Amino acid sequence: MMRATKLSGLALAAIAAFAFVFSAAFAAEEEGGPAHYPLKHPHHVDWTFSGPFGNFDPQQLQRGFQVYREVCSSCHSMDLVAFRNLASERGPHFTEAEVKALAAEYDIADGPDDEGEMIERPGIPADRLPAPFANKNAAAASNGGAYPPDLSLVAKSRGVERGFPTFVFDIFTQYQEGGPDYIFSLLTGYEDAPAGKELRDGMNYNPFFIAGDQIAMAPPLSDDQIDYAQNQDEDTANDVPQTIDQYSRDVVSFLMWAAEPHLVVRKSMGFNVIIFLIVFASLLYYTKKKVWASTPH
Amino acid sequence: MSADGHSSYNPSTGIERWVDRRLPLPRLLYDSFVAYPVPRNLNYWYTFGGILTVMLVSQILTGIVLAMHYTAHADMAFDSVEHIMRDVNFGWLLRYMHAVGASMFFVAVYVHIFRGLYYGSYKEPRELLWILGVIIYLLMMATGFMGYVLPWGQMSFWGATVITNLFSAIPLIGESVVTWLWGGFSVDNPTLNRFYSLHYLLSFMIFGVVILHVWALHMTGQSNPTGVEVKNKRETVPFTPHATAKDSFALVCFLLLFAYFVFYQPNFLGHPDNYKQADPLVTPSHIVPEWYYLPFYAILRAIPSKLGGVIAMFGSIGVLFIVPWLDTSKVRSAVYRPLYKQFFWILVAVCILLGWLGAKPAEGGYVIAARICTFWYFFHFLILLPILGLYETPKPRPASIADAVLGGADGEDGGAAAKPAGATAAPQTRG
Repeated sequence: MMRATKLSGLALAAIAAFAFVFSAAFAAEEEGGPAHYPLKHPHHVDWTFSGPFGNFDPQQLQRGFQVYREVCSSCHSMDLVAFRNLASERGPHFTEAEVKALAAEYDIADGPDDEGEMIERPGIPADRLPAPFANKNAAAASNGGAYPPDLSLVAKSRGVERGFPTFVFDIFTQYQEGGPDYIFSLLTGYEDAPAGKELRDGMNYNPFFIAGDQIAMAPPLSDDQIDYAQNQDEDTANDVPQTIDQYSRDVVSFLMWAAEPHLVVRKSMGFNVIIFLIVFASLLYYTKKKVWASTPH
Repeated sequence: MSADGHSSYNPSTGIERWVDRRLPLPRLLYDSFVAYPVPRNLNYWYTFGGILTVMLVSQILTGIVLAMHYTAHADMAFDSVEHIMRDVNFGWLLRYMHAVGASMFFVAVYVHIFRGLYYGSYKEPRELLWILGVIIYLLMMATGFMGYVLPWGQMSFWGATVITNLFSAIPLIGESVVTWLWGGFSVDNPTLNRFYSLHYLLSFMIFGVVILHVWALHMTGQSNPTGVEVKNKRETVPFTPHATAKDSFALVCFLLLFAYFVFYQPNFLGHPDNYKQADPLVTPSHIVPEWYYLPFYAILRAIPSKLGGVIAMFGSIGVLFIVPWLDTSKVRSAVYRPLYKQFFWILVAVCILLGWLGAKPAEGGYVIAARICTFWYFFHFLILLPILGLYETPKPRPASIADAVLGGADGEDGGAAAKPAGATAAPQTRG
């Protein structure tokens, strides 16, 4: 027994030493080797939708939609989102009338009609948000060769690797806002290039960018760029600051909703399911105890 | 089908007697899941077989409904998955259950496999039972791989490209095999279509082999933590209610873990790149398979030659088929094998380390570490297992389950005094 304990201790120590040696070797290599992007890790933002009781703030999503509509949508499409989705109760919660009026402001390509002609007609709630460019090539051509990605899923399709052991802790803290944190950091992270840094033509310096230190997208937001509809009424109590920081928070929340429109239902259902399973498990535990009570095992 | 060979089913109603004379299905079920005797000393590690069965059924049910809404076409697959996520009632729940369910299926199967390795469950007379299990595991890997391709995201596409390209390492016919697998000259619509068809088919093949697996289990009876065979009826308890109650409790605990991920972390086990539609013109900066393949991916990349890597990767599963004959020890359970027990835990650590290395870029220290771990993996099975059995001095084992569980009090009537029978109860000196 003694010998066994000693040996397993030895084995564990060997494994620990082994792991330490090669992780140290790797760390040394990282310093000398090529730069790893992003240069700066994303900020942690306190989102309304994080955690087990996460929720969307409809007013924030409405503001976020306004930012998308007035700024992002001039280059970025959102192919998977329909106008009717904007009425979603656990989303932006626009009224049916608002959605109808909003859709009607757009001209949607449709057809062929009865005569066989392609037509343009006013949008209806069932239409998807129209894309700014006819196709991918046109979008790339108008943007210096860099195709502005569709934003429908962008909040879930981006994320900076968390690494060990952080990703293990993430299971317990329920951290899953890597996408939103990344986009927020990117939008607010533009800087002047450090001295001596040559930027390629039409590129911008952003240390939060995941695929290099230069990004084709110019800084999209500036303070006071958008006059929030919410700030236009008599009531000044609900006014929100019109800053890059606030615009970014709002548009990223909107993008998260667009990527995961059933997030709130999912989390609230999850709570019920977990409570049910805990109660069920304890009932089964006592059942099992009773069944085995007179059976040594 | 009970281990002692005769049925204790007693049809009590006229209808049951009528059916029993024509198709003894109720008898089969009764003998298999009610009267079936299980060793009384099974611990919670033995509940994962039941958990796996439930997970398989869950995968099949959610999969069938998902298939009703999914479109297997390169141009439409990605959007159809998003249609499920957005517009199908509770489609998000079905899809997350299916995707997270695959991960949980593998969590459970890894526990199940390592439990088998720890308690020596593969040893005579359970070799076929073990081999059927390895076949199920292989089928699961194929099914999981093809299922991951179906959403047609970036990782789907590039994962499929990398893995199917492995076959090009086969000498002479490699390139032709890859073209044949693809149904063209790159991963494209024909590939997606056949993967969909096979993904659907393989799940039912798994179901079929599971039936054989359970059948083989019921022939030999379950192994148990002492590794000493059941000697008389007093050492067993009927499956229902004993195992049923215990398995149900374990199952619901496992479902808690499952639900936690489905509802709170559904994308934790996936890769963000798979929310980008497949684009043959843009290669992701590094391509990683699903987490449950990472140890094998690490082995693949640890070997400098492509063919060598492929052989090592398939060999790492292939070696499991012959484990019953590689292990020369007559003692089943690691509880009584002080050396094997330690090497078992080292193997677990090595496999986890390989998994971590599989997710890292194949460069520098990572490659060296992956090579050391790969060496150790094969060393464990091919060298250590045979040698340990010959040189290890096992600890004294109880003469019977009754002896181990019921103590001296019951020793007289069939416990310690009884003459050990069969290979596993050989004299307690070195094997």
